[in-house]
Amino acid sequence: MTTPNNTQKGGFLAGTANYLDERVGVAGILKNFGRKVFPDHWSFMLGEVALYSFLVLLLSGTFLTFFYQPAMTPMVYDGIFGPLKGARMSVAYASTIDISFEVRGGLLMRQVHHWAALLFVAAAGLHMLRVFFTGAFRKPREINWVVGFALFVLGMAGGFTGYSLPDDLLSGNGLRIIDGMIKGVPVIGSWISSLLFGGEFPGDAIVARLYGLHIMLIPALILVFIVIHLFMVIIHKHTHYSGAGKRDDNVVGYPLAPVYVAKAGGFFFIVFGVIMLAAATFTINPVWNFGPYDPSPVSAGTQPDWYIGFLDGALRLTPSHLEFVIGDFTLPMNVLLPMVVGVLFLAVVAIYPFIEAWVTGDKREHHVLDRPRNAPTRTAIGAAGVVFYAVLWAGGSTDLIATNFKMSLNQVLTAMQISLILLPVVAYLVTKRLCLSLQRKDREIVLHGRESGRIVRLPHGEFIEVHEEVDEYTRYKLVDFVNYEPIMARPNARGKITIRGRVRASMSRWFFEDRVAPATPAELTAAKKHGNELH
Amino acid sequence: MSDQKSKLVKHDEVEHIYDGGLANVAADKFADPGIEPHRVRMTDKSKGHEKSAARQVAALFLISIAGSVFSIWAFFGFKVYDYDLNSIKNNSMFLGLGIALGMLGIGIGAVHWAKTLMPDAEVSEPRHQTRGSDETRAAAIEVIRLANDESGFSRRKLIRRSLYGALALFPIPGLVIFRDLGPNPADSLRHTMWTPGARLMRDPSGTPIKASDVQVGSVFHVIPEGLAELGQENETYHHMLEEKAKAAVLLVRVDPAELKESEDRKDWSYQGIVAYSKICTHVGCPVALYEQHTHHLLCPCHQSTFDLTDACKVVFGPASRPLPQLPITVDKDGYLIAKSDFNEPVGPSFWDRKA
Repeated sequence: MTTPNNTQKGGFLAGTANYLDERVGVAGILKNFGRKVFPDHWSFMLGEVALYSFLVLLLSGTFLTFFYQPAMTPMVYDGIFGPLKGARMSVAYASTIDISFEVRGGLLMRQVHHWAALLFVAAAGLHMLRVFFTGAFRKPREINWVVGFALFVLGMAGGFTGYSLPDDLLSGNGLRIIDGMIKGVPVIGSWISSLLFGGEFPGDAIVARLYGLHIMLIPALILVFIVIHLFMVIIHKHTHYSGAGKRDDNVVGYPLAPVYVAKAGGFFFIVFGVIMLAAATFTINPVWNFGPYDPSPVSAGTQPDWYIGFLDGALRLTPSHLEFVIGDFTLPMNVLLPMVVGVLFLAVVAIYPFIEAWVTGDKREHHVLDRPRNAPTRTAIGAAGVVFYAVLWAGGSTDLIATNFKMSLNQVLTAMQISLILLPVVAYLVTKRLCLSLQRKDREIVLHGRESGRIVRLPHGEFIEVHEEVDEYTRYKLVDFVNYEPIMARPNARGKITIRGRVRASMSRWFFEDRVAPATPAELTAAKKHGNELH
Repeated sequence: MSDQKSKLVKHDEVEHIYDGGLANVAADKFADPGIEPHRVRMTDKSKGHEKSAARQVAALFLISIAGSVFSIWAFFGFKVYDYDLNSIKNNSMFLGLGIALGMLGIGIGAVHWAKTLMPDAEVSEPRHQTRGSDETRAAAIEVIRLANDESGFSRRKLIRRSLYGALALFPIPGLVIFRDLGPNPADSLRHTMWTPGARLMRDPSGTPIKASDVQVGSVFHVIPEGLAELGQENETYHHMLEEKAKAAVLLVRVDPAELKESEDRKDWSYQGIVAYSKICTHVGCPVALYEQHTHHLLCPCHQSTFDLTDACKVVFGPASRPLPQLPITVDKDGYLIAKSDFNEPVGPSFWDRKA
């Protein structure tokens, strides 16, 4: 034990450090975490972008709450925006316009908040794609995938509740679509709608209720899930890409202090700065142009925020005449089908790690990431999912596609409907073949070297391109993966092959049947020998 | 899984047990050459480069200071004048640009510092399995066993089961208290403001429409008599919105010869003037677009298209049901009036709309 007095001579910093250590044990924390190694790759930034966007949302959102009033109480506008002077509108809408025009920095903060929201969902989505295609969701990170998924969905919920707060014409029509979908829910639809809106649509309650969710419940949940998400990153330590020196039992990268403190800390400012730049120079959601909510008018060519687009597209792509009447009861499948498809799609995304773990029977821990090509079936499934989502998303703009490209709306819609079924299948097949080809190319490079671009004419007149053997680090990156074999259905203790076993075996065959094994040293020796014999 | 043969695979000195015949860890495998040697940067090699990198970092931080100062000046310096949107735009833009510069200067400076001047040799650190060691697990199980023994959780069935019952029930009051969020929807979705004899009024002015004023091909956005007045007072404004959300109507006159009217609806139109609910039967957007030469009504939200001359049946898009028709006629002064309310609920479908 050293005496506390020893350290108190070192000036202010040492004094503070000593003060904190004696009260919260900061020395132990620094000793344990200060030099933790963190792997480096540009794709690891995507989650960081989402995290920082959320901080920007908290800061800019707090500013907005100081001026915004979540009330649907009617009033006559008497502010400085001429075109709306004398119009009757809700206090919520009027305060949004006042924030834009009468609070210096208010317009900027509104735009910061909106851009940050778009970026948050986008970055979270891209981060999920990175995690998916590299297999980072495998054991032990399956639960963290689900936590991340919850964050993505909460991000959409936060976005939508916020979108509706200005109580303008555009967001009002968005709410009306939600109301129409809710009413379609069997048995309880009209009840849920009445409870949500406090009576008939639009009522005078919805804005305040969405506000409560938007500034309290949803951000609190997001914060809790972020803490869990990051806590699990500390437990597992970050994954690293395959390559020389990267193993499942180590972590290779740079120390937290000083390199990651500078990089990640600096990156927060870059993300904030870029959002600020966008907010300063690009108008987003100019609510003053849309006017207060009125159930009768609507403008053509309106689009929801991007992350709601796939649900809107699902509504549009549903075929006509799917409403069924059974006895006295109405089942509007034209509204329910898109909801079911949307929920199912998200559900499959949420539980994918468990499906894959079951199919592959893989129970080992994985800390080295897969290169997407080395998991052809997974990568193909991911590509199919991305294309499915993309078609739904594009489906949300059928009218704009038709008008901008001077095409028939009917044909655009039909093409989208066909694409929704067909393109994911095409994407699956093409991606799987591409992955296998890339794997073969890797083998080729390992066994026969890379193309050097040097053309040599041999004495007997033949031209060849000289191939150069790759260095051992590059080679290791190309061969460092495991070749899996399908599970066989085997009889259990009672000598029976269960249906479960059969299903699993056939799924496993589908997953692993087409595969390329990594090149081995023996093959390299053989290839060299063969090459020498040729020349 | 009893139907899978378990086997042990030696993997980095840790024995992992898993079932299924899968990972083919080949005996013949390229050896891991270890972390690639550090590539020396220019700033590592030359004092000059190191110095200039340090100056660049400092310059970026200075730019940040300048940006922050500029943004404060812009906040006060770019005056905002009433009714001058340009002044608001300038204030917002220069304030934002200053702040952005202030942040990007710090951010880019810090990253540049890390990339050029801080060590960039990758280091390795051991990573342990997530699961606890066998001793830890045994200790954890012992904790649970002790807790169980001391509380008698497994032993005392009565306590345990009554606790389960209590836990299952306690959240229900938390749901019940939300009952007063809204009233029973009851019949509110089945009726609109239209009553027999109510005049058809222009939206939003609330002036009546003479049948003789409606030209062939023209479109009127219509609300029921008395609705516009509701919007004049704060007390009734929300009631107005709720009624308008159901009662909005589109009025069009076509050549009567083009109308395909069923027998029971022959008297619902007046000399080729027809009135249909403007609320889409899909999810409730206003069906606001009319294409004159095809007589089609189009909903701009999801492109459901209705044939006005054929009882507004769905010809395209996700909607399933025709738009409800409002029966109309004229009063003695020649103004258009409703003969009754709609004879079915307007807008999106709901479970018991037929009941």
